[in-house]
Amino acid sequence: MWTFFQDQILGMKWLNSLIRALLGAIGLDTSSRIGGSINFFIYDVIKITVLLCVLIFLISYIQSFFPPERSRKIMGRFHGIGANIIGALLGTVTPFCSCSSIPIFMGFTSAGLPLGVTFSFLISSPMVDLGSLVLLVSIFGIKIAVAYVVLGLVIAVIGGTVIDKLHMEDQIADFIRKSNSRIDIEAPNLTVKDRLVYSKDQVVSTFKKVFPYILVGVAIGAVIHNWIPQSWVETVLGSKNPFGVILATLVGVPMYADIFGTIPIAEGLLAKGAMLGTILSFMMAVITLSLPSLIMLKKAIKPKLLATFIGICTVGIVIVGYVFNLFQNLLI
Amino acid sequence: MNIKVLGGGCKSCETLLKATKEAVDKKGIEAKVEYITDMQKIMEYGIMSMPALIINEKVVSVGKVLSEKEVEMFL
Repeated sequence: MWTFFQDQILGMKWLNSLIRALLGAIGLDTSSRIGGSINFFIYDVIKITVLLCVLIFLISYIQSFFPPERSRKIMGRFHGIGANIIGALLGTVTPFCSCSSIPIFMGFTSAGLPLGVTFSFLISSPMVDLGSLVLLVSIFGIKIAVAYVVLGLVIAVIGGTVIDKLHMEDQIADFIRKSNSRIDIEAPNLTVKDRLVYSKDQVVSTFKKVFPYILVGVAIGAVIHNWIPQSWVETVLGSKNPFGVILATLVGVPMYADIFGTIPIAEGLLAKGAMLGTILSFMMAVITLSLPSLIMLKKAIKPKLLATFIGICTVGIVIVGYVFNLFQNLLI
Repeated sequence: MNIKVLGGGCKSCETLLKATKEAVDKKGIEAKVEYITDMQKIMEYGIMSMPALIINEKVVSVGKVLSEKEVEMFL
């Protein structure tokens, strides 16, 4: 029953069969390279677009209950590692676009939240979101998705705790430390209709924003699927290369893409014999750390803390990659 | 009337700025629309989600890209 749900509803295997039949009907052989590429491209674009719209809607609805103002209040009630865990969890459900990361950082800091808790929040927020969970289930299956989320949260909690222990409070930009603005804006009260409208708007704006990334991602995925020799992928990203994870992470860090764009690439590489952990490291690196977000963050924190943040995320992602590679046989 | 759009320079903030300017033009109101990206100033309003709309120093909308019509309702 679960397998059916995972393959047919979330994975939309039926759609693949349908496209293959239609392409066959117009005389295109889907077992040929070009036919296969076209088949993969059409199937993946439709699948990811449908998943994207449904997911963003549901997620936005949940997120509308957790504006940053409210998350800040909730986090303020916890202490020690409990606060880091709550911070990491709330990071997954609090909505914000990349340009809000500084105001959030400032808002949390000026409210007296520990630096470590704020960082647990900032690390988990892009790395583990609800969208990635459902998308991972549909493509890699439930076990991998859950393992990914759990490990992502673990990195966020440990990363935040380490930053806390390093006592880098002096690394926050001076204008934030010196400010004494404690204006407490109440989270607005929303009706069900407000939330539905908000969710719909999110779907439209997210779709517009990420659709180009999806097209590029799927196109690359299609090329990997049908043109790149298996042996290449295996040599660079497979079990033969002990440094595959590190390589994938370093390549992924400066890249900027949405999870919806990276998944088709990951899917293509996995099918060609790349190691699971290596692929997940690549995805995490692309989503969590990117040049635009780091440039933003640089305005709020000093270089030493920024470097620590990048270092912790990178090391965490590499470790996750090796852990997944180690247990790959149990998960697939 | 004094109107401020607060944002970090990302796309959604610029969309709100555009909608606000259009709304002001459409209603024919005498108003100064400012675009504020200085984090220090933004912080003074205690805002955590961008973009935000401030009318006569009052925070009227936070974390939402309002459409031109929605902005008009605040004017």
